[in-house]
Amino acid sequence: MAKRNNIWANIDWITILLFMLLVFMGWLNIYAAAYNEEFQSIFDTSQRYGKQLIWIGAAFVFAFTILIIDTNFYVFFSYILYGILIFLLILVLFVGKEINGARSWFTIGSFGFQPSEFMKFATALVLARYMSTFGFKIHKLKSLGIIAAIIFTPVIFILLQNDTGSALVYFAFVLVLYREGLSGIVLFVGSLIAILFVLALVISPLTLYTVLTGVTLLVFLIFSTKLVQFGRVFAAYLISTTLFFVLNLFVEKEYSFADILVAGSILGSVVILLISLQKRLRNYSIISLVFLGSIMFTLSVDYGFENFLESHHQARINELLGIESDLLGAGYNVNQSKIAIGSGGIWGKGYLKGTQTKFDFVPEQSTDFIFCTVGEEWGFAGTSVVIALFLFLLMRLIWLAERQRSGFSRIYGYSVAVILFFHFMVNIGMTIGLMPVIGIPLPFFSYGGSSLWSFTILLFIFIRLDASRFDQF
Amino acid sequence: MKVSSKRRFVVLAVFGVIGLIFIISLFRLQVLDPTYKQYATNNVLREVTQYPARGLVFDRNGKLLVYNKTAYDLLITPREVTKFDTTLFCNLLDISIEDLDVGIKKATKYSPYKPSILIKQISPERFAVLKEQLYKFQGFRTQSRTLREYSTTAAAHALGYVGEVSNRDIKKDKYYKSGDYIGVSGIEKTYEKQLRGVKGVKKNLVDVHNRLQGSYRDGKEDIPAQIGKNITSTLDLDLQLYAEQLFQNKKGSVVAIEPATGEVLAIVSAPTYDPGLLVGRVRGKNYSKLLADTLKPLFNRSLQAKYPPGSTFKPMNVLIGLQEHAINTNSRFTCSGKDSRPIRCTHNHVTPTNVVQAIRESCNAFLWNTFRAIINNSKTSAEGFNAWHDYVASFGVGQNISSDFSNGLKGDLPTEADYNKIYGKGHWNALTVRSLAIGQGELGVTPLQMANYGAILANRGYYFKPHIIKEIENDTISQSFKIKHEVQIDKKYFEPVIEGMSQTVHNTNLVYTSKIPKIEMCGKTGTVENNHGSDHSVFVAFAPRENPEIAIFVYVENGVWGSRYAAPMASLMVERYLTDSISTRRKYIEKRMIDANLLNPIQPK
Repeated sequence: MAKRNNIWANIDWITILLFMLLVFMGWLNIYAAAYNEEFQSIFDTSQRYGKQLIWIGAAFVFAFTILIIDTNFYVFFSYILYGILIFLLILVLFVGKEINGARSWFTIGSFGFQPSEFMKFATALVLARYMSTFGFKIHKLKSLGIIAAIIFTPVIFILLQNDTGSALVYFAFVLVLYREGLSGIVLFVGSLIAILFVLALVISPLTLYTVLTGVTLLVFLIFSTKLVQFGRVFAAYLISTTLFFVLNLFVEKEYSFADILVAGSILGSVVILLISLQKRLRNYSIISLVFLGSIMFTLSVDYGFENFLESHHQARINELLGIESDLLGAGYNVNQSKIAIGSGGIWGKGYLKGTQTKFDFVPEQSTDFIFCTVGEEWGFAGTSVVIALFLFLLMRLIWLAERQRSGFSRIYGYSVAVILFFHFMVNIGMTIGLMPVIGIPLPFFSYGGSSLWSFTILLFIFIRLDASRFDQF
Repeated sequence: MKVSSKRRFVVLAVFGVIGLIFIISLFRLQVLDPTYKQYATNNVLREVTQYPARGLVFDRNGKLLVYNKTAYDLLITPREVTKFDTTLFCNLLDISIEDLDVGIKKATKYSPYKPSILIKQISPERFAVLKEQLYKFQGFRTQSRTLREYSTTAAAHALGYVGEVSNRDIKKDKYYKSGDYIGVSGIEKTYEKQLRGVKGVKKNLVDVHNRLQGSYRDGKEDIPAQIGKNITSTLDLDLQLYAEQLFQNKKGSVVAIEPATGEVLAIVSAPTYDPGLLVGRVRGKNYSKLLADTLKPLFNRSLQAKYPPGSTFKPMNVLIGLQEHAINTNSRFTCSGKDSRPIRCTHNHVTPTNVVQAIRESCNAFLWNTFRAIINNSKTSAEGFNAWHDYVASFGVGQNISSDFSNGLKGDLPTEADYNKIYGKGHWNALTVRSLAIGQGELGVTPLQMANYGAILANRGYYFKPHIIKEIENDTISQSFKIKHEVQIDKKYFEPVIEGMSQTVHNTNLVYTSKIPKIEMCGKTGTVENNHGSDHSVFVAFAPRENPEIAIFVYVENGVWGSRYAAPMASLMVERYLTDSISTRRKYIEKRMIDANLLNPIQPK
């Protein structure tokens, strides 16, 4: 039993190795991004790489401290930590400093501290604690309410700080909930909404509604047992659309064909829904309901996009979806970032040889766009290694989470994995133009004390929990 | 739990799919896609501001007044500078090593990465030599700028000058960046927006050694500079030059206006200066020199000097008297010459005088009686004074009529409140403010306003705001120039006054110096009292009497008598403008005027 009590023997050194590798590679690239012939000493603390070296040293101290603290500490103090951080989130709204339009930083001298970064692990702890209580059932209304409260309280305050990127991270928890038994329908509806949202903004209404109708008819066909039944469904849509088409000839105002198609689809779906409810055809009811919902949603997207989103978010989404390309405005960062990465080729230009990055073409070079430096100087070889390392870390974390005996450790482990995953997906996606420009850092890579420390703490609490997985609690 | 634990594969699949998408995208972006490979040979983008040439300025006959010459700025990007031969560099540019050190330090402080101007306005000759050697100096490049060049030394005040923008200008208008030029005075300032054009941007690709590799995206994103609009001014260069020649070694001002349009034909403030002095690298030095000059060449007398008009003001008072029925065309007043009270009359003439004679002889006694009648025409002196004040104001006196001049002043026209303050309410009357009768006292009128007054007399009762711009290329001039401003005097009252002004030129001693052959000029002299030296010589006139083509006002400081300098000089300018030459028997007058040196404030009587 000596082995069980010795945490050093049970620590997952592979994860720690991955962590060290990512931090080291991150620092190398920060050095390259800020590289300057006039300040060549790596210990020069007036330069970013010098400062990052201090942050890294401190991060190791944090990691070590976390490993020697008893696991019960994290369980028992989770609510208190959560409360303190919520308090700081509110406090920062009043005394915080505004950087890049977001009021999310405390500054003491030249040192900055961003409470929203640390909120992530506190939320993960509380979520794990609550969901691992005895007799917890995820589908009870009360449980869902409390989970929503745990996740959305920080989101509201972070949104108030005008830091949309950090707030979006919390949506990653849906994967944790899914793992813990949340109905797959939520995931399905979530993805459907995301896809429809993008399609509604990108393609013309006529194409969108034609595609939607086509897909729906196809689904009807698959679920139809008799061809006659499908024929009736088809007729219902055909007749209602024709009806509106004829009606349109008698009205003074001329409606577009897309409008007629929408009206016809809605009427047809309502008719099918009513008949199938009466005849207790469950599949048909669901399909027509989903179709109806999808149309309503896409109709409201255009309206909502124009009326509720702020102009710089509109611009960034427009840019990403290729609707408007403004190379000097919102598209500038992404374009320059793609030039830098794309110019790297297979093997890159060599360490410290990047030109796009040297001439300050890519803004936020050492923070949010650090992946550009990797792409330019290390090429495809470098970027695929980084992606492979991240994927390896994420899979390792899931594997570790699944081997936990306690629900608390497993849920926390999943939370760590999905938070890291969300940052990884959004940050790299942004630098290669697959995601809108949302300013969130690449874990362990990006310059900055707050983000490095928060990811270190997040990860090492799980490593500590995992090391004592044989203990009972 | 069994179901849930299988869900790990869904989560892992999500991770895997995103990872795969990234790898595929990166492979496409970095390995397959050639678009970004264009930049792969270490190309970087450089934006170069394209400065447009400033619009040209012409005179009313299409003669060129202001144009541009090219000069070059040398820019430095400190991070790109490698070791270079500083002695050769300094010799090429004619600067000292110390200057170079200071310049480089300043540029580095501004930004090590961005280019900033090291040396401004290098002449084309020097640039030609420099260009051949420039390849030896890494981190330096040049950009061309345009500087103003003047075809003559004329009209310095009216044309104004161009200088570097101040921090205030940059704050006010985001168009300007540090180092840009902006019109500081005159036409250059008033018509800055039209003259300056619009800056453009050219995007170039250069390699790491700063060598030009061609334009970015074949110039698709370049914004060409728009050249400034050319402007035709109302000035007549020939008349302007002639007026300035007459005014050499004198202080004072001339403004000549075309009465039918309000167009300013000539505007002189003497002493003037060579506008070329305020261009380029020598501007700062020359500016301080001009500023220190005791004759104040930078002071624009024609717009800013508040002169008392003296006797030239008398026609206006007579007109007001006639309009107010304080006097009529048959009124006669006795003059006791030097014994006249309360104002002495220094002129020897017939007595009693009527309107025409009074103007011809500039009779102070007649004017005092007229003025007293105007003031006493109402119940109280104050009311009478207010009526007089409103008439005078309608002539543009005390009003800002300087439409497109950059810094015209309103001048002084006293009000009832002013006199109440000085004497107390109810404690003053016509006698107290009698100096106004003969154009002295609290009146301060600018030469521009006086010339406009000449135009009103010429037009028999209306004026257009005097302005200096006739046409802007591909643009319109202000509609306000076409608004007719009527004075409150009926047209019929002008004839006797104009007759008096005609007789002033033709039936007094002025006939020997100021009568123009075959042209009937109408004018009024003035001699303005001066406690600091000799009196000032003043003359307002227009010609010809019917369908006048020019109204003119001349003010010669320390010119002793109105008839001695101002009237003959005005007659010469009018003759020159209307006939393009000076008749032979008046040449000696021309010579006397040009040769006169009145810079000493004490002149023999």
